[in-house]
Amino acid sequence: MNEKPLALLPELLLLLGAVTALLCGSFLPRGRQSVAGWVAASALAGSLIAGAVAAAGSAETVYDHSYAIDTATSTARIVVPAATLLIIALASTRVAGDRRQSEFYVLALLASLGAVLLSGASDLLVLAVAYLLATIPLYGLAGWGRDTGGAEAALKLYLMGALAGVIMLAGISLLYAGAGVTRYDELIGGLPAAPTGVVAVGVVALLAGLLFKAGAVPMHFWVPDAVQGATTGAAALLTTVPKIGALIAAYRVLTVIPVDTGWPVLLAIVSAVTMTLGNLAAFAQSVPQRLLAYSTISQVGYLLMAVAVAASTDRALPALLAYLAGYAVTNIGAFAVVAALPHRPTLDDYRALARRQPWLTAALVICLLGLVGTPPTAVFVGKLTVFSAAWDGGMGWLVVLAVANTAASLFYYLRWLRPAFTGRSGHLVCEQDRARPATVVAVTAAAAAVALGLGAGPVVDAVGHAVIR
Amino acid sequence: MLSLFVFAPAGAALVLLLWRGLPDRVVRWAWVGVSAAEIAAVAALWIRYTTDGGAGIAYEVNRAWIPGAGAGYHLGVDGLSLPLLALTTVVFCACAVYSLRHGERARQFAALFLALETTCLGLFSALDLIIFFVFFDLSIVGMYAVIAGWGHGAQAARSALKFFLYTFVGSLALLVGFIGLFLAAAPHTFDMVALTRQNPLAGSGATGALVLLAIAVGLAIKTPTFPFHTWLPPAHTDAPAAGSAVLAAVLLKMGAYGFVRIAMPMLPEQWRHYAIVAVVVGVLSALYGALAALGQTSFKRMIAYTSVNHMGYIVLAVGAAGMISGGDAPARAVAVTGAVTGAVTQMVSHGLLTGALFLLAGVLLDRGGTYEMGAYGGLAADTPRFATLTAVAAFGSLGLPAFSGFIAEFQIFTGSFATVPVGAGLALPGILITAALFLWALHRLFLGPSKHALSSAADAGGAEIAAIAPLLALSVLIGIFPRLLLDIIEPAARTVVELVAR
Repeated sequence: MNEKPLALLPELLLLLGAVTALLCGSFLPRGRQSVAGWVAASALAGSLIAGAVAAAGSAETVYDHSYAIDTATSTARIVVPAATLLIIALASTRVAGDRRQSEFYVLALLASLGAVLLSGASDLLVLAVAYLLATIPLYGLAGWGRDTGGAEAALKLYLMGALAGVIMLAGISLLYAGAGVTRYDELIGGLPAAPTGVVAVGVVALLAGLLFKAGAVPMHFWVPDAVQGATTGAAALLTTVPKIGALIAAYRVLTVIPVDTGWPVLLAIVSAVTMTLGNLAAFAQSVPQRLLAYSTISQVGYLLMAVAVAASTDRALPALLAYLAGYAVTNIGAFAVVAALPHRPTLDDYRALARRQPWLTAALVICLLGLVGTPPTAVFVGKLTVFSAAWDGGMGWLVVLAVANTAASLFYYLRWLRPAFTGRSGHLVCEQDRARPATVVAVTAAAAAVALGLGAGPVVDAVGHAVIR
Repeated sequence: MLSLFVFAPAGAALVLLLWRGLPDRVVRWAWVGVSAAEIAAVAALWIRYTTDGGAGIAYEVNRAWIPGAGAGYHLGVDGLSLPLLALTTVVFCACAVYSLRHGERARQFAALFLALETTCLGLFSALDLIIFFVFFDLSIVGMYAVIAGWGHGAQAARSALKFFLYTFVGSLALLVGFIGLFLAAAPHTFDMVALTRQNPLAGSGATGALVLLAIAVGLAIKTPTFPFHTWLPPAHTDAPAAGSAVLAAVLLKMGAYGFVRIAMPMLPEQWRHYAIVAVVVGVLSALYGALAALGQTSFKRMIAYTSVNHMGYIVLAVGAAGMISGGDAPARAVAVTGAVTGAVTQMVSHGLLTGALFLLAGVLLDRGGTYEMGAYGGLAADTPRFATLTAVAAFGSLGLPAFSGFIAEFQIFTGSFATVPVGAGLALPGILITAALFLWALHRLFLGPSKHALSSAADAGGAEIAAIAPLLALSVLIGIFPRLLLDIIEPAARTVVELVAR
């Protein structure tokens, strides 16, 4: 059975942090609610350290092969808490002093826990539970601001999420009906004997849930509205943390599904449509949040390329993990810039930013060009490895499409950067209330994006192992 | 040591960027100082390279970078890259000297140019495709910032965007080609030396052709050749003078250099098979560039189009070099080597002369407020120093003997006539048209009745002469003592030809 509670220490620390933060929120006077923030931060830091220490150990499955602790899980255990840590830092100005500040931390921690569990789930039932744990806190988080935008965000997210969740559970049932087992190590033997049609429908239904979490077409409709409506911190979390869990979960589950169900082609098409649609929609945006929302959709398209070739090349997993890490830090950096400048609601309002906020501008340039894939940033290494993997896996056409999309994406990222360097600063709003923590997060994330790109050697080596079951 | 040489300007750029209180004068002189030190460094590299025998790769640095992705930090210098490294340092120093008297926001401008210098030096010394790509992309970002931030004219932002999008598409096409080479190699690697040795796509049919297509399109956009040149005239017209000089003199060479460094040695079979395409494109570029330049009324746009013409000769030469196979007579190999040598010489020559011409165009705009040649006339009497420099640069650029351009074009044409006589014959009128258009331009600017209000006070100043005259002097030096340059290029060109012929 291999029941080792201590093997789940990183996950348990997140849970403990969430419970403690909740208790703090319930019993501390309002003036001292910020303790919950420190509890959350220490839980995340502890989980990060525990995850990093555990990553050095050997890969294993625990609790009767239902949960895998391998490179993929370890990556999520490091990237998810690190990302959430950056996000609660960038959100701290907005969250501090709010009546429900402890709730923000609790929900963020639970969402992170869900994302980590998603990435490690090696059993369909664990996957279902992890999906719910990763999704339900997000509803609360999206509506946390208690304004009309937040209400719309929460409602859209909830409706899509509930639908996707039901479809996903149906898919899990079908796969169980076909194979008679739910553990991945047994599914790999059981599914080939099952009727191909049942398995194919089951996989498609299962993917509905994971694609919803990742924000990929056709389950992407919530992304722009949720990102625009939610507070910037919540938006950063919505577009970063669940993607990590969902894409690793998709990789893990798809590698046990027989290829003759046609899922590689399906995923390739989903990837192609996602990146193209995200890019095309981003062209017309004039609000930074919406632009970033569509940009995250297109990024999922590139990430899904690695999932599409999961069965045909062993380059897919390292590529996926390297890209995820780079994407997480770069995307958070871009959202941090938005959070640091709450009084600049449209792209045109970023006029003359370079003169007034050189550090923030530098962070914005690095993060946006990083999202394009300009070397030597982390996403460049991600794109390089993902493109290599996709080509190696026999999907050269997808690489060509992704390259065309990358070139097109440059256009809208530059639409944001250009005002920053032009215009005079005279007629601008006073920016005494610039959010300092968010500025620090933006600069840190930008520096990390460059550092991850320059120091990509050890990173790519560290994630270069296969998943286990 | 090579790394220090490459990254020193970037380090200086960082210092300038962070040191906010630095006075403009100090910034400008610091920039000149760093650029001069880089020239001294490249001179030292050159002397040691020639005394060590002058062949093969020297000063190699080879460290692991992303072993999991097959990319290494591999730099080195040989007879193809050393002339271009020298050109880069000279042109950047000329821009630094020129900018002693020009340009606003000196601190950021100097930092940007120093960073740009690092990307150019890094690209020309890269021996790993990913390192090459990194510097290729960063040079685009840097140049975009130069045009968008310091460009003049209402269209500057638009031209900058066009430049960025075009060349970025080119760089991505390159990346696709690089990935193709990477996956074909066993073991998978981006190392240029290993890929050249392996010739990984030999006999691979359509894959090899597609990889060459991707790489060639990427390089052709950057070079630029007809029909991918449309980004060039607006970018040049709206860029500041120093930006134009660097763009034309150094950045365009990245494309041409890529052909001799990557496309030809790594894909020899495909290159030989499709060399005729390069010949045709080269001839078209040479003729189209010359004819389009002839039709311009703006001095700067005219120079921009002559760049298309001059780069066309390079593409013609590398195409002609593909018309060779292992069983050919030695005489043919010698002729083809001459063509490749001429191509590299042309890169240097074009860099020196066009760099000078663009700086002169900057002087013209500074004094007269327009590039329109019709607005001047009679400048020879009013601004004799400016007129002399421009005339010398123009004569050099049209290929007059005793200038580097003659050496380059002579070799290109003798080499090309041996393998593709028809193509070379068709490109030859390009030289005549270029000569005509330069003479006509000189005529409009300097002779006839004066239509401007410039006095002799508007003549080229000390800093401008100090920036431009050395470029022309180097061109004359190469024109009179070509062996100084050819001795270092020829062994490398011979190696390229051997690699193509295998």
